Amino acid sequence: MPTPILEVKKLKKYFDITGGVLGKKLGEVKAVDDVSFSVNEGEILGIVGESGCGKSTTGKALLRLIEPTDGEVFFEEQNIINISDEEMRKLRKDMQIIFQDPYASLNPRHTVEKIISEPLLTHGMKSKEERQERVKELLEDVGLKAYHASRYPHQFSGGQRQRIGIARALANNPKLIVCDEPVSALDVSVQSQILNLMEKLRNKYNLTYLFIAHDLSVVKHISDRVGVMYLGGMVELTTKDQLYEDPKHPYTQALLSAVPITDPDEQQERIILEGDVPSPSNPPSGCPFHTRCPMAMDVCKEIKPEFKEVEDQHFVACHLYE
Amino acid sequence: MRLTPTFFIQLFNPSPQIQVRKISFVYFKNLLEYIHNFQYINNHIVPKNSNISLKKAGGVTLEDVVLELNDLHTHFFTDSGEVPAVDGVSIKLHKGEVVGIVGESGCGKSVTSLSVMQLIPKPPGKIVGGEILYKGENLAEASEKRMRKIRGNSIAMIFQEPMTSLDPLFTIGNQLIEGIRLHEKINKKEANERAIQMLHQVGIPRAKEVIDEYPHQLSGGMRQRVMIAMAMALNPEVLIADEPTTALDVTIQAQILDLMKNLNKENDTSIMLITHDLGVVSEICDRVVVMYSGQVVEEGTVREIIKDPQHPYTKGLIRSLPKLNEREQKLYSIPGTVMKPSMEQVGCRFASRCEFAFDRCFKANPELYSLGEDRKSRCFLHDEEKGVEEFANADLRS
Ligand SMILES: Nc1ncnc2c1ncn2[C@@H]1O[C@H](COP(=O)(O)OP(=O)(O)OP(=O)(O)O)[C@@H](O)[C@H]1O
Ligand SMILES: Nc1ncnc2c1ncn2[C@@H]1O[C@H](COP(=O)(O)OP(=O)(O)OP(=O)(O)O)[C@@H](O)[C@H]1O
Ligand code: SF4
Ligand code: SF4
Ligand SMILES: [Mg+2]
Ligand SMILES: [Mg+2]
Repeated sequence: MPTPILEVKKLKKYFDITGGVLGKKLGEVKAVDDVSFSVNEGEILGIVGESGCGKSTTGKALLRLIEPTDGEVFFEEQNIINISDEEMRKLRKDMQIIFQDPYASLNPRHTVEKIISEPLLTHGMKSKEERQERVKELLEDVGLKAYHASRYPHQFSGGQRQRIGIARALANNPKLIVCDEPVSALDVSVQSQILNLMEKLRNKYNLTYLFIAHDLSVVKHISDRVGVMYLGGMVELTTKDQLYEDPKHPYTQALLSAVPITDPDEQQERIILEGDVPSPSNPPSGCPFHTRCPMAMDVCKEIKPEFKEVEDQHFVACHLYE
Repeated sequence: MRLTPTFFIQLFNPSPQIQVRKISFVYFKNLLEYIHNFQYINNHIVPKNSNISLKKAGGVTLEDVVLELNDLHTHFFTDSGEVPAVDGVSIKLHKGEVVGIVGESGCGKSVTSLSVMQLIPKPPGKIVGGEILYKGENLAEASEKRMRKIRGNSIAMIFQEPMTSLDPLFTIGNQLIEGIRLHEKINKKEANERAIQMLHQVGIPRAKEVIDEYPHQLSGGMRQRVMIAMAMALNPEVLIADEPTTALDVTIQAQILDLMKNLNKENDTSIMLITHDLGVVSEICDRVVVMYSGQVVEEGTVREIIKDPQHPYTKGLIRSLPKLNEREQKLYSIPGTVMKPSMEQVGCRFASRCEFAFDRCFKANPELYSLGEDRKSRCFLHDEEKGVEEFANADLRS
């Protein structure tokens, strides 16, 4: 049995919708609603799903960058939900995040040197020389040059900025990195450079990634296991081969069939879903997918299917498999 | 076939066995039928219902091209200098054809399409050379009044960001109905019905309610579909779609591509589809134009571009894609990053990233070499014999 480095249990994050002059609570957005999974040491767990399904919120809530509404998160067997801010700050050294928009996440007024050495200082690297040395090392690790240290973010291309973001995340030798769409904003030819770099670093430093993306081919390329989210919930989770070869959940099947295939000789039958993704502030009753599901049955409107293991290592939330 | 004396002689005397003198009733009947089977387009007599393109039939060039960009140059005059964003682009769009334009961010795809619509922000932008021929009329010289007519009737555009073309102050219904009534003489009520029907067609649930909502109340995918409904309401001859699905989820993208395919099949609408997703291209396009740094670097059918790319950039691009149904350890990647188009650039624009680059590539920019009918590639390797051999043998699949 591989040991999980991270275990997420029944994680929930509801955002209040407020309005009016008094900021009265009008309702809530169930951005993440009862999500459970674990990530093994050294593994890459991919998370896919459509816009707004709660991928980023899951990533931020488990790092407590936003406070979860409910649920538990174990990092190296320690429940981190109730630990003090001080303890959490220490733990952040081991748990890092890389964001989608490499530009917005880098302070435009700081040099690359300052951006990368900031976390070093926070975690106690007092000597300036030591920090400079480390920055140089990190820049080389991510394929940049030492002289880039004195430049500002706007002087770099999107791909290079993402490299800076990666260098910053790596600064304190973390164990787990939540990668929130790290290549989505990049061109194909640059995207493959960054994916290769991330794999190389994973092998070199035995990192564990939670890799969030909406591009199914990217996730397939990089992940060991893949989880599929829909409307705040995890609907399927299994090894990548199993998921791509034998998707069980009707949503996963539709999602996979909708990916346009580049090879003109390998075009596939498409499942075209009707309608729009429902709003997480007013999710459908029963199975959240029943409003678009081609297989929906009567029971689906009333009872929310449980997320459970239907085959070895294959978790699905659907009444078809009960 | 041209309207020439020989043509008439042939018409009256299709076979030498029949003497013009002996015109019988039967011959006259045949002749009428024969003439009936032709139509007159752009000064040319064309066989009706014939799918032989005129080019093949008689070497005529005007044929069924609806939109033709000829050596288009659009530059931006900025504080930091002149940017040749579109630098000599030629693209042809035939009737009923779907042409994909692909290329990395900043290579000039949007500027090309905005140039066609005459919607380049001026200043700093300006079309400094070339022609944009819509059925023979040069839009680069058309008046704003004429352009408004073209934009309302003949060429519709779906923008990369739908918010830019939906008016936030008017309901979806207002905007759709206005478009429909510009076009058809029907009353408000009928137009309203049509608008609802169109929203249904583009897969918008609750069409009856959505029609009274404002753009900000809709999701990105719904806004994009409203844009498509509006474009379809115009029943345009040409649809220019700038990354219509890039911001959308794949399941919604599949719906929209389906819609565009229908529009193309049912109304014979020609579509110029800008995207950076080769999967999307493969799904709906007939031909592909690959751009790099303001220029066309390769052109061919979808199959040719994806299965047999010729330009080193296209080759690299296709190799860098992670594939859904293939297992590979390490992805290929093109080193370096795209350079902004610049006036100072000498040599091949791809040279700094190209694994095949040789001396000549740094001294002059290659022309677009013709490799067959509508098949082109901008690379010196098509010229240098030695290079070509090495290039052809390079194992790009590994
Ligand atoms: N701070 C917030 N306040 C209120 N609602 C929020 C907040 N952050 C996220 N949401 C809502 O929570 C839901 C999930 O958002 P989240 O950003 O996690 O989605 P995502 O899966 O990352 O989507 P994307 O692919 O677009 O990044 C969305 O409906 C979003 O509107
Ligand atoms: N208003 C402007 N002022 C100055 N330069 C501009 C302006 N608009 C575009 N450009 C320049 O023109 C070039 C081409 O831009 P364009 O928007 O056509 O790229 P694109 O191929 O559509 O890219 P993307 O895939 O990111 O949409 C870019 O280098 C850009 O910097
Ligand atoms: S539970 Fe029912 S509605 Fe939900 S995915 Fe399964 S079959 Fe479809
Ligand atoms: S001309 Fe030279 S640099 Fe340009 S693509 Fe061809 S080989 Fe590469
Ligand atoms: Mg997100
Ligand atoms: Mg663009």
